[in-house]
Amino acid sequence: MNAPNDTAHRKVASFEIFHTQYLDPEGRPTAEWPVWAQKPESLRELYRLMVRTRVFDKKAVSLQRTGQLGTYAACLGQEAIGAAIGHALAADDVFMPAYREYAAQFARGVPMKDVLLYWGGDERGMVYPEGTPAYHDFPLSVPIGTHVPHSIGVAYAFKLRGEKRVVLVSCGDGASSKGDFLEAVSSAKVWDLPIVFLVNNNQWAISLPRQKQTGAQTLAQKAIAGGMPGEQVDGNDAVATREVLSQAIARARNGEGPSLVEAITYRLHDHTTADDARRYRPDEEVQAAWGNCPIKRTKAYLQRSGHWSDADEQRLLAEAAAEVEAQVQAFLDTEPEPPAAIFDTLYESLPKSLVWQREEVIAAGPIGEDH
Amino acid sequence: MAESGKTATKNLALIEAINLALHSEMGRDEDVVVLGEDIGKNGGVFRATVGLLDAYGEGRVIDTPLAETLVAAMAIGLSTQGLRPVAEIQFSGFLYPCVDQVVNHATRYRNRTRGRMSCPLVIRAPNGGGIHAPEHHSESLETTFAHMPGLRVVCPSSPARAYGLLLAAIRDPDPVIFLEPTRCYRLFKQSVEDNGEALPLDTCFVEREGSDITLVSWGAMMHDTRRAADLLAEEGIAAEVIDVATLKPLDLETILTSVAKTGRCVIAQESARAGGWGSEIAAGLAEHGLLSLFAPVMRVSGYDTIMPLARMEKLFIPGVERILKEVRKVFEIAPKN
Ligand SMILES: [Mg+2]
Repeated sequence: MNAPNDTAHRKVASFEIFHTQYLDPEGRPTAEWPVWAQKPESLRELYRLMVRTRVFDKKAVSLQRTGQLGTYAACLGQEAIGAAIGHALAADDVFMPAYREYAAQFARGVPMKDVLLYWGGDERGMVYPEGTPAYHDFPLSVPIGTHVPHSIGVAYAFKLRGEKRVVLVSCGDGASSKGDFLEAVSSAKVWDLPIVFLVNNNQWAISLPRQKQTGAQTLAQKAIAGGMPGEQVDGNDAVATREVLSQAIARARNGEGPSLVEAITYRLHDHTTADDARRYRPDEEVQAAWGNCPIKRTKAYLQRSGHWSDADEQRLLAEAAAEVEAQVQAFLDTEPEPPAAIFDTLYESLPKSLVWQREEVIAAGPIGEDH
Repeated sequence: MAESGKTATKNLALIEAINLALHSEMGRDEDVVVLGEDIGKNGGVFRATVGLLDAYGEGRVIDTPLAETLVAAMAIGLSTQGLRPVAEIQFSGFLYPCVDQVVNHATRYRNRTRGRMSCPLVIRAPNGGGIHAPEHHSESLETTFAHMPGLRVVCPSSPARAYGLLLAAIRDPDPVIFLEPTRCYRLFKQSVEDNGEALPLDTCFVEREGSDITLVSWGAMMHDTRRAADLLAEEGIAAEVIDVATLKPLDLETILTSVAKTGRCVIAQESARAGGWGSEIAAGLAEHGLLSLFAPVMRVSGYDTIMPLARMEKLFIPGVERILKEVRKVFEIAPKN
């Protein structure tokens, strides 16, 4: 409806959505940076994490192409979001990922080997090492958006116990259409829960482009309906994404309740290795999106400002390649679980009525070539 | 109460026994929280949570927005942090939005993480018809959940059993779907001792011994099954009555032991027939008990129709007569002598 101009109508609500960018695609600052980002080492940390993640990501795709890994969901072009999450969260916080935030998981202590085990079809890829922040994080979540409302219960538990911990839950643009996501966003403010909802908007949900996902101008504005702040950030700008997330995390920690951040990025890869995006997506769009690459712009800034040399770059690439190679080897060397494992953590203790099934599996012996 | 060293025995209806178990366990364990729609000030649509808000405060007695998926998902989140959430879904038909959360997440976190995480939660809901409720309020969902790996499915049939089984469900380290017999909520009272003692979650109850036929049932149908056994006794037929109570995991042993003695079996369920839990029990008897049977195992069940609205619900819900009809078929094939 048009804005009416009579005494029958009065405005009861209005909203604005802001977009934040600190580093443009050419690697030039767009505004004065927050204090933490002015320290060169902060940016180098983000850069290293993004590069390590990309080296890993490329290797994972090639493992799949050569029959050594199952279907894999690449994060190509979206490394800044994961890196920013990993940088912004405190060790005690809980990260609840969808499945393209590997950089955050690596930062929190998930070994690359575990991500390979997961996509290689092994539940042990979701165990994560004890003593790392990842140990109390959630595992990857493949069913779209249904993990998002778990954040309500986790954050409620923190609040009930008076713990100053925060939950950051991520999902994609597709998930923002799901009822599970909307039920969580609608209810989080009721209890002022310490949650940051991060929508990783990579413009595509398999073959469905963002504009066919919803008629809403932004995904960030879904926060408004839940009574919480919602904002957009350039998700290929590691500085802005880290800063916007940090502010949302700080609000949550200070008892000011939940926020929603829509990080704008682009899925440079196919949806997964089982997808071929050329069927539905113009190549020119993908080529143009490469111009926004988060790694390219961070490197351009670091080099121009004299905080990153060619030698630094060579050393990082060599270290990342060696790290990934070692993790791949550890993955490939991992023996299959004993067959009984499919029963052993089904319940805390196996009900007596299922014992015969476990014994049958054990008697059948290990998985052989014919399986 | 337990802490005084004495236990109070009260004459309670089933819904009051549920309320007592919640009170009792919330007092015993501060990690127990309850959540759901209208469970706070209103005390729940069936009054299962009356008094909990006053006793334990709104931190632990959580009125949720009207969003059943959220209720299940929130319970999952709470449980992963070591709390013991007991979620209420108001009517069985509204459990369907929870199925995705329960099946894709609650049952899986432990297994997916090889024991790093777990979901010690309970989802309670009324189950079945017979109270002339509106549409979508009278469905029987036990089989929907019992089919799912990683769950426990409990259907209490009496006040005392509701009390003890609910305590067990709350204390169990894995997700439990607790389906309460709606039409038995206030049907009869029974002496319930508030002793804090949980009942086993993997054992059927042989609640009446008999040598001629085994009658197997659970939930609200236990009421009709007990009356059928009474009527058969007047005819000189001694029925053994088994309350399955915990459908998943299923204690087939107890049922097989009984059938080995009686040689006859009728299974009574309220839910639709095809693929119902009675079919699972009948299949177990066919596999492991065939040689002790004198007659086919007969099933009494709802029809394979949509649960009718109130005027016709009695057509659907099998009562005593339909149980007796199947029993008579069994004795026609294999007369008692
Ligand atoms: Mg997407």
